[in-house]
Amino acid sequence: MTDWIILFLMATGVLFILLAAVGIVRMPDLYLRISVTTKAATLGTGLVLMATAWHFQDTAVTARILAIILFIFLTAPVGAHLIGRASYFVGVPMWRRSVIDQLEGRYEKRTHKLSGGQDTQNVIPPEKDGDPDMESPAS
Amino acid sequence: MMKDDLLYYVFLPVLAVATLLIAWRFFKGPRLSDRVVALDLLITTGIGIIAVYSILADRPTFLDIAMILALIAFLTTVAFSYYLEKREGDD
Repeated sequence: MTDWIILFLMATGVLFILLAAVGIVRMPDLYLRISVTTKAATLGTGLVLMATAWHFQDTAVTARILAIILFIFLTAPVGAHLIGRASYFVGVPMWRRSVIDQLEGRYEKRTHKLSGGQDTQNVIPPEKDGDPDMESPAS
Repeated sequence: MMKDDLLYYVFLPVLAVATLLIAWRFFKGPRLSDRVVALDLLITTGIGIIAVYSILADRPTFLDIAMILALIAFLTTVAFSYYLEKREGDD
């Protein structure tokens, strides 16, 4: 019975890690890659570590594993947000079929100043740089 | 024992394939940010591999290394994003 629980948790976790790996290869865009890998890999690693805790059946090991899981769950979203934010400011292009970029034209990337939604007078024109095939076609 | 066989012949190879896929993205890029994300994911997969190996070897001591790796992954992501925003241009 214990073996079956371990195997089930381990299989699910490994499957999610594999899905994250396929996602980082197949996704067309940095932001989509961040989105896929953060969620799937966090869940997968958490499940694998849970299986390990179930195998050892020991309080000290379980506490250590819970600390690792808690740490990963806390830091993975923060790290993903940080790298996504930095990449947006640096100017990493979005996928050309991305639906919406709500900050486009409203954010001064140098001074980090945001102009509000009603404030249509001071809209900053979008910068035209980056790869030509990654440009949004209709903007 | 069936569990060890499954761990050794199924789960570890699947994790190895996942590592290879992520390493392909790590070397291909195309931007520095992609490499940073791939590095983060490589370390997370490494934690999984360490967990599976600690079951196989029956040694919970290896999990300390997993904890250190989790710390280092967060540190590298924070440092890279900090300096990425500082410097001019991106490639």
